[in-house]
Amino acid sequence: MSDTIKTRIKAIIAEQAMLEPDQITDEATPEELGIDSLGLVESIFALEEEFDISIPFNANEPDKSDFDITNMGTIIAAVERLVAEKAI
Amino acid sequence: MSGKKDGGKKSARPAAPEDQVDRGLAAPEAACGPEPEARGGLRRVVITGAGTVNALGHDVPATLEAFREGRCGISQLQFRDVERLSIQIGGQIHDWRAEDYFNRQQILLYDKFTQFTLLAARQAVAQAGLNFQGALGLRAGVVLGTAGGGLNTWDENYRAVYEEGKNRVHPFVVPKLMNNAAASHVSMEYGLRGPSFTVATACASSNHAMGLAFQMVRSGAAQVMLTGGSEAMLCFGGVKAWEGLRVMSKDACRPFSANRNGMVQGEGAGVFVFEDLEHARARGAEILAEVVGFAMSSDAQDIVMPSAHGAERAITGAVRDAGLNPDQIGYINAHGTGTAANDKTECAAVAHAFGHHADRLMISSTKSMHGHLIGGTGAVELLACLMALREGVIAPTIGYEEADPECALDVVPNEAREARVDAVLSNAFAFGGLNAVIALRRI
Repeated sequence: MSDTIKTRIKAIIAEQAMLEPDQITDEATPEELGIDSLGLVESIFALEEEFDISIPFNANEPDKSDFDITNMGTIIAAVERLVAEKAI
Repeated sequence: MSGKKDGGKKSARPAAPEDQVDRGLAAPEAACGPEPEARGGLRRVVITGAGTVNALGHDVPATLEAFREGRCGISQLQFRDVERLSIQIGGQIHDWRAEDYFNRQQILLYDKFTQFTLLAARQAVAQAGLNFQGALGLRAGVVLGTAGGGLNTWDENYRAVYEEGKNRVHPFVVPKLMNNAAASHVSMEYGLRGPSFTVATACASSNHAMGLAFQMVRSGAAQVMLTGGSEAMLCFGGVKAWEGLRVMSKDACRPFSANRNGMVQGEGAGVFVFEDLEHARARGAEILAEVVGFAMSSDAQDIVMPSAHGAERAITGAVRDAGLNPDQIGYINAHGTGTAANDKTECAAVAHAFGHHADRLMISSTKSMHGHLIGGTGAVELLACLMALREGVIAPTIGYEEADPECALDVVPNEAREARVDAVLSNAFAFGGLNAVIALRRI
């Protein structure tokens, strides 16, 4: 299941960044993928819609958010956690 | 979608006009005489009336009292479906009873943004003591700013046809919701038969409107203009739309404070009477302040992220248009939204525009008290400029808790301050990169 979630997240990010899914590595930061602040907000919206979750994210204080956007790995882990919490 | 995406990618974005920065305020032509007596055949423009309704009060005295006290008008929002919002605070006018001001037929025809406008206009015209019957009406008009227009009317009627499945709406839906409804009703109420229209430049709407009104009186195109702006966006759809951008605070508006976490919406209106100085003097009117300068600029860069260069060009342009020296500016009413991006960009623009004088002038954001009135915000904020010039009291930036090295200016934290200032600016910087700065001086 987790692999599927990861694949779906990468597909969403890839579409936003206009890249191929295999270019979305765990280490890549949003900035490195060319995703600016508005693109990030749009990506988070797309992830919420895809997984029917609510992602806590305030663009004014991205570092203080529970949703860690350091890189793709942390984003994927955070989405997986929110999807798992929803299933409970 | 692809267009926006291309615009948002650094590589695809056209080069920022860094090389087009103007020469700054040190340019020698900025040094003009103290009394700009009819420069270049232009008329001098003064404010002879002011009116408002906002979360701090239903008139100017109540609003200024709140400014002096540093009182916060932001509270828990109250309207239908508010429980479905993740942002539930705002500068809402809770005790609004339209029936206190309008008859049944008027209420059927006036969206809230028109109601707010008309109440503010009544106060302004009463203070000015003007009668527009006869020739003056032909030389008078109204220019107002709003971003959302009759947004409550859209919201209520979409709900009726989509959610409730109704197939019939009230016949006045269109004349209620149109963005020019408020300006048109003001023109009808007072018989203003000159130039009248509405300006929509998001958060800079009111400043653009007032700047255009100023230019029309200055050029002689009109003798008197009613101007300002209004917003009534505090309804489920209005706040839900803003939530999407994730720039709203859930707890407070704390401009310039290091722990600021976003903007808070407000609602209301501000309306002023801008009048030819000679006309005002001839009839012995009380003059509240002189409008001396206005400048607009466009960032031409990003649909939501502000540019310090664009803001700086509007600031320096307004000071130059006013024929003032930069060190004559004692106070700036900031755009100061409380977002991470605006406040540091605005402070950088002010610091660069004023050089060493930036450390001596005062700058505050009254949005911390009345919230961000979007298209009406510049109008309500101009009241803080009038208070500074007339009463020598600078409205504070409340909610200020932690110094931010990126906002290292005198932001008049938390408490109003007594200070004599001779000339002031009011900043407004809109989404879409549209900037409008207006300059007033004591007279």
